[in-house]
Amino acid sequence: MAELLDVKNLRIDATAYPEDGPPEDITIVDGVSFQLGRGRVLGLIGESGAGKSTIGLSALAYGRGGVRITGGEVILDGTDILKLSPRGIRRVRGAKVCYVAQSAAAAFNPAHRLGDQVVEAALRHGVLSREEAHERARYLFDVLGLPDPDTFGKRYPHQVSGGQLQRAMTAMALLPSPDLIVFDEPTTALDVTTQIDVLVAIKRAIEETHTAALYITHDLAVVAQIADDIMVLRHGKTVEYGTTRQILEEPRETYTRELVTVRQVKKEEAPDQSQALLKIDHVNARYANGPLILDDVSMHVPRGQTLAIVGESGSGKSTLARVITGLLPPESGRILFKNEPLPASLPERSRDHLRKIQMIYQMADTAMNPRHTIRQILGRPLTFYFGMHGQEKSRRIQELLDQIELGKGFADRYPAELSGGQKQRVAIARALAAEPELILCDEPTSALDPLVADGILTLLTKLQRETQVSYVFITHDIATVRAIADSVAVMYLGQVVRFGPKSQVLSPPFDDYTDLLLKSVPEMKVGWLEDVLETRRMESGGR
Amino acid sequence: MRWRSIPVSAWIGMAGLALALFCAVFAPWIAPYGERQVVGDIWMPMGGEFLLGTDNLGRDLLSRLIYGAQTTIFVALAATVLSFSLGVLLSFTAAVVRGWTDQILSRFNDLMMAIPTLIFALVVLAVLPQRLWILVLVMAVLDSTRVFRLGRAVAVDIAVMDFVEAARLRGEGHAWIIFREILPNALTPLLAEFGLRFAFAVLFLSTLSFLGLGIQPPEADWGGMVKDNKDGIIFGVPAALVPGAAIAVLAICVNLVVDWLLNRTSSLKGARGDG
Amino acid sequence: MAPTDRTGSDPRVTEDETAGDHLPPSQAGMSPAAAEVGAAERGEEWAREAERQHWLKSPLATLILQRMGLSVLLLFAVSLLIFVGVEALPGDFAQTYLGQSATPQAVANIREQLGLDRPATARYLEWLGGVLQGDFGNSWASGRSISEQIARRLGNTLMLAGFAALVSIPLAVGLGMVAVLYRNRIPDRLINALSLAAISLPEFFIGYLFILVFAVNWGWVTFPSTVYDGMPFGARLEAILLPGLTLVMVVLAHMMRMTRAAILNVMSSAYIETAQLKGLDAFRIIAKHAAPNAVAPIVNVVALNLAYLVVGVVVVEVVFVYPGMGQYMVDAVTVRDMPVVQACGMIFAAVYILLNMVADIIGIVSNPRLRHPR
Repeated sequence: MAELLDVKNLRIDATAYPEDGPPEDITIVDGVSFQLGRGRVLGLIGESGAGKSTIGLSALAYGRGGVRITGGEVILDGTDILKLSPRGIRRVRGAKVCYVAQSAAAAFNPAHRLGDQVVEAALRHGVLSREEAHERARYLFDVLGLPDPDTFGKRYPHQVSGGQLQRAMTAMALLPSPDLIVFDEPTTALDVTTQIDVLVAIKRAIEETHTAALYITHDLAVVAQIADDIMVLRHGKTVEYGTTRQILEEPRETYTRELVTVRQVKKEEAPDQSQALLKIDHVNARYANGPLILDDVSMHVPRGQTLAIVGESGSGKSTLARVITGLLPPESGRILFKNEPLPASLPERSRDHLRKIQMIYQMADTAMNPRHTIRQILGRPLTFYFGMHGQEKSRRIQELLDQIELGKGFADRYPAELSGGQKQRVAIARALAAEPELILCDEPTSALDPLVADGILTLLTKLQRETQVSYVFITHDIATVRAIADSVAVMYLGQVVRFGPKSQVLSPPFDDYTDLLLKSVPEMKVGWLEDVLETRRMESGGR
Repeated sequence: MRWRSIPVSAWIGMAGLALALFCAVFAPWIAPYGERQVVGDIWMPMGGEFLLGTDNLGRDLLSRLIYGAQTTIFVALAATVLSFSLGVLLSFTAAVVRGWTDQILSRFNDLMMAIPTLIFALVVLAVLPQRLWILVLVMAVLDSTRVFRLGRAVAVDIAVMDFVEAARLRGEGHAWIIFREILPNALTPLLAEFGLRFAFAVLFLSTLSFLGLGIQPPEADWGGMVKDNKDGIIFGVPAALVPGAAIAVLAICVNLVVDWLLNRTSSLKGARGDG
Repeated sequence: MAPTDRTGSDPRVTEDETAGDHLPPSQAGMSPAAAEVGAAERGEEWAREAERQHWLKSPLATLILQRMGLSVLLLFAVSLLIFVGVEALPGDFAQTYLGQSATPQAVANIREQLGLDRPATARYLEWLGGVLQGDFGNSWASGRSISEQIARRLGNTLMLAGFAALVSIPLAVGLGMVAVLYRNRIPDRLINALSLAAISLPEFFIGYLFILVFAVNWGWVTFPSTVYDGMPFGARLEAILLPGLTLVMVVLAHMMRMTRAAILNVMSSAYIETAQLKGLDAFRIIAKHAAPNAVAPIVNVVALNLAYLVVGVVVVEVVFVYPGMGQYMVDAVTVRDMPVVQACGMIFAAVYILLNMVADIIGIVSNPRLRHPR
């Protein structure tokens, strides 16, 4: 039987605008081929810039933002859709091939009701009548586990949550019963406990409708739950292409093997965690007249060790970091640093207080002034806190660069000339330059590709061994917590749900939230999602 | 390499600006006749002895145009520099200090902008004595409201970025944050804005002069020259259109350069961050 | 949030919003785009505001009432600025009015005659009371009632400005759409180049060019553009044809450039891509998906550009010797007839503030987040 989708030797170009010089063409996808049978799911996986979204959109003969498909064939059901007229392409889009975007919140038109948008493609292509379409929408809302399927369609996009929008977008794609759906990172923007619901919904819907799908993601554990086959991409080229089981269990290429076996960082938990460097004592905090963001939060950072604060969006973990730095003075409660109260607001703190607590941000891009060289970025804290100049300063800068494992040539570059991982290393060096006792790390690895993130975690652990610095590590990622923490605090809706040594916090018996959180993290093995579904079915069996 | 990436339109703009600036600086040496020298009949036609003809008092139009370039460009430039310094300083202070300082400055700026610029200028100039420095000051203050608005928006955008927060957490003072962290990142949009403000200042000054409230005769300036020669239009004498065209050409040149600057910055940003 | 949150002088600021098209917000934010907070963002801000503090049942009504209250407050502040602010400036009205050579006695006399010897607060309150009843006092120059003079001229000015607005708004929106539809192709580049030239032309240059060509050389219309009471409508229309077209030229270019930017901004939204990926045709995408979201930004742009209309009308009236408010004001400024200057300034400012208010209210009403609260 002929395949549904047969992509042959795809080549995609884009125009780049270098800083000095005329625009030039660059190739972002080169020589990619794959086949997809009816009802099958192919996972496209790769780091940012691997070209996976671009390939996905080529199945709709669409190039985003000036991207051009310049070579190869995309044969859908026997027709090369790249050769179709604009009119012919329109007949494919929204009828035979549908698309689910990463950010459903942006992809829905704010001016129209969800229901009208969900049925629009089917009506315009004459696939279904109005009644049939709305009936099918209700059915899909139900399958996808949306609340009140009968009235859900009457709502506007801003009236429902992010997870619900993502499922509504899936309903929109499923509605015309297309042959193929392209899922473009549909769960990346969601919290992990929401992600699992959407994943379950997508998987069930794919099974019930027998549609084929291209599932694009950077998360191998996620795609392992959905896909039959996986293609690993890097820099626009195919690295490895095989069945999900083969990729996960017997990867052939080095790159794939690295992807499968990341998280080599493993830190032994410190035995004694009673000595507190920083103690957070019954802190309440809110933004001007807003709701309470931190509700009676207490915990401590063990000296020379790492406290990981884990929570989802809205848990208050980043607000806690702002309270510690003094950017947001708490409404009540105290913060003790080495058993002495720390002044609540930034202007009240002495320069020495400021020096001892440093911060590393999630986005290294925006955390460094793009107009300063690395030398200026690292040199400023040296001059500011220690009055260093000239030779002494240069020597210290080189020391710092050595500590973060960057070579000689980096000092006179600008941040824009560095890769994401290198930038984050410089940010770490800037914090180290102040010779701090505590470094607040606000999701320092979540914007990085997994392999790079692993390198950063290794570096942080090494630096802690060398300098005895303590870390507060804010993250939403349980795997990171397992890798580097000594103590763990689990936060949910502004409260500390659980706090203690890692071994205690991450072992049963659990409270409900921690249980849900831990169970929601996808594991890199085939059939994990089925197991979760099975457990859920058993738990709700009485209904 | 860099030179070749500059589009033709920007070259035209820069050439025009260079010519205007040359006229402005060397006016006494290149003008064939004196600024106030009556050399012939009134409204003599173009060509012949007087390249652009003569004006309503029989003065050489070309000479007055060259001297006019001096007045118009320097007054507009002075007003722009002043308005820019004022607007940028106040807006950056508002964006960095926040709180009451920001509230008071911003609300007052809103109030100033609630009255169209020309109307405001008319009201104020009706009271104040007619002096050149007062004119420059009025133009600068009114225009600085626009600079303030842009400057504040740009600065607030930068001020919320992590590297500024990092500087605050380090304990840096306002001066460091304004001049070392924010200003270097705001330069390109501000440079483009400076061009636009200058073009606007030329138009605004000319409008005021045309209405008889700007540069006072017998000093030559382009707007005033339009006013002097406007009665000739009814008799089919195009003398009033010559300085008008000069204003237009200067403004177009500035806009061409600014257009390129803006496009350049946006494509710069487009090139980054696409891994 | 203030109605004046707008740059009244250059179209480039909004236009640059398009520079941020496909960029992550952190980078796009570095551009001057931010200066002109897009209508969509303003909507977001309003929505959040409304959710935070609605003291009426409907956040929509709350916001509209707040917005109207703000305008009243602003009008009041402007009146203060125009009356007291002008008073605080250096220079004695009586002295400047009579000239440097006047004897102290003459100055004192005229001060008394004009009521300038009384305290400023008392005069302000009296003036404000009069203004609220539509009485602007008497002209110093002619001694006649200002309200009567203005009543006649305001109609003329409104007719001229209204004509220009009626022609230029649909034209600007239409051309803006054409430019977007043919983005980066010949029609777009042509419109772009022409409008760039047009925004650089001073009003008086266009005006005199029109006069020279159409009135003097070709004799199609008469100059100056006199209108008088009891003039038939057709003749009136002919009289305002040239000044009206001049105004259109000025406003159209600015408005067109900003409309293009506003539509481009909407067209680069993710939901437009969704519509394209649904296989919808261009017409349906524009009519159904872009238009409802473009209303607020376009209204915003239109209101913003009516500032050029307010300013332009002053110059154009002088050029065409047209008996309107602008001409009246400029004449009064020349002879330093302060009551007239203040009255005209107040009226121009009020019109501008009202136009802004209407635009903002349309923006509020067209925002689905506000029409359908959670």
